[in-house]
Amino acid sequence: MKNTALINFHKELGGKIVPFAGFNMPVQFEGVNIEHETVRKGVGVFDVSHMGEIWIKGPKALDLIQYVSSNDASKLFDGKVQYACFPNGKGGIVDDFLVYRIDAETYLLVINASNIQKDLAWLQTNNKFGAEIYDASDEISQLAIQGPLAMQVVQKLTDTAVEDMKYYSFQKVNFAGVKDVILSITGYTGSGGCEIYFANEDAATIWKAVFEAGQEFGIKPIGLAARDTLRLEMGFCLYGNDIDDTTSPIEAGLGWITKFTEGKDFIDKDFLLKQKNEGVSRRLVGFELVEKGIPRKDYKICDVAGNQIGIVTSGTMSPSLKIPIGMGYVNNDLAKADTEIFIEVRNKLLKAKIVKTPFYKG
Amino acid sequence: MTVKDKLKYTKDHEWLRVESDDVVVVGITEYAQSELGDIVFVEVETEGEELEAGEVFGSIEAVKTVSDMYMPVSGQVLEFNEVLTTAPETINQDAYEAGWIIKIKMSDPQELNELLTPEKYKELIGA
Repeated sequence: MKNTALINFHKELGGKIVPFAGFNMPVQFEGVNIEHETVRKGVGVFDVSHMGEIWIKGPKALDLIQYVSSNDASKLFDGKVQYACFPNGKGGIVDDFLVYRIDAETYLLVINASNIQKDLAWLQTNNKFGAEIYDASDEISQLAIQGPLAMQVVQKLTDTAVEDMKYYSFQKVNFAGVKDVILSITGYTGSGGCEIYFANEDAATIWKAVFEAGQEFGIKPIGLAARDTLRLEMGFCLYGNDIDDTTSPIEAGLGWITKFTEGKDFIDKDFLLKQKNEGVSRRLVGFELVEKGIPRKDYKICDVAGNQIGIVTSGTMSPSLKIPIGMGYVNNDLAKADTEIFIEVRNKLLKAKIVKTPFYKG
Repeated sequence: MTVKDKLKYTKDHEWLRVESDDVVVVGITEYAQSELGDIVFVEVETEGEELEAGEVFGSIEAVKTVSDMYMPVSGQVLEFNEVLTTAPETINQDAYEAGWIIKIKMSDPQELNELLTPEKYKELIGA
């Protein structure tokens, strides 16, 4: 198991440490519900240093990214971030990721911790262009500072104006005395805020500064459990649950990051274009349970007669809405809002209905 | 981590308080609630049923996990703590009192002797 540079802070703060994606990570500090609420109403900090970072550089950098990415990275400009996935050549997804354009020949890909080796191999295999690929995952730390008060805290630590930055934009800033911190208006919670990237050596300095600046706003450390409930309330996909090597981006509702720009050849382009034009047999949907119970990954989705029509990929009791929510794949003809479905929970069929995501609307 | 004297315990992290000759109150321990985290759902649909020790009498769900709960002794499930249907977090707040889960009318009170003493339970959880 690897440790992030901040493991001792998590232990001191009473974090419950669990193995996750090869790292010892805090799953919870005070309790998932209070942590969840802190991010929805105030400001919370996640150590997400387990995430992977890969630099793609050189004159051929964009060519490689365009070939492996579902999205159109040519639309990026310096200081712009884009969400995308790597189609896997078999109609599935290798990983989902963010791509940052630093300049025309320098891009940063931020990938899931559980997929670092897989993604790296995938990029190298497909690098017929000769782009430079460098895995900086073990050198870079990342914090997600999230919540409606997050940017007020962050602004106290930099002279660069950051409070009016646009969603999915970033800047390199001098932050808490540390140079060249990448500050991006992104996150996985739906409550606003930013994510910052910096060298491991600066992690302690930055962590302390953020908590000191955030004290007057009631800032708290947040664990992975609340990260999951927050993202699920927004209907954001989690790799390994809602998307994986067997789900296509079209099925997963990620058509908006699958761009068939003329002249952009990319892995699975023809297959995905066919899915887009002809439709798919199953789709990822959100649902709320009408009866009491909690949906969990891999529970069956059934019709009223008990015939299986799909499978749950994520589920939880929503801390904000106080109702059980989930996501899962269902046959396409049933994937409409308000359709009545049933979730098989320990041999019982519990009534549920399909709803549009996000579940949480702020 | 509180382990109360005068209670009996199980390896499944349940506690029992003898209420009368053949009735016991059952809940989960402070340690168990802390390991589970925020409890969001408690389901007991066995009220009135006769169950053997070790049989599942219900389930308890935290945000990230679902766990079965087992009969610590044989007998009839007399009562389920209705407070938990609307306020399952009561277990997090007060595992040994307000957060009790069921009452059992024991068919064989001798089974109590097979349960863990507070000392043995403390050893089990390393307290």
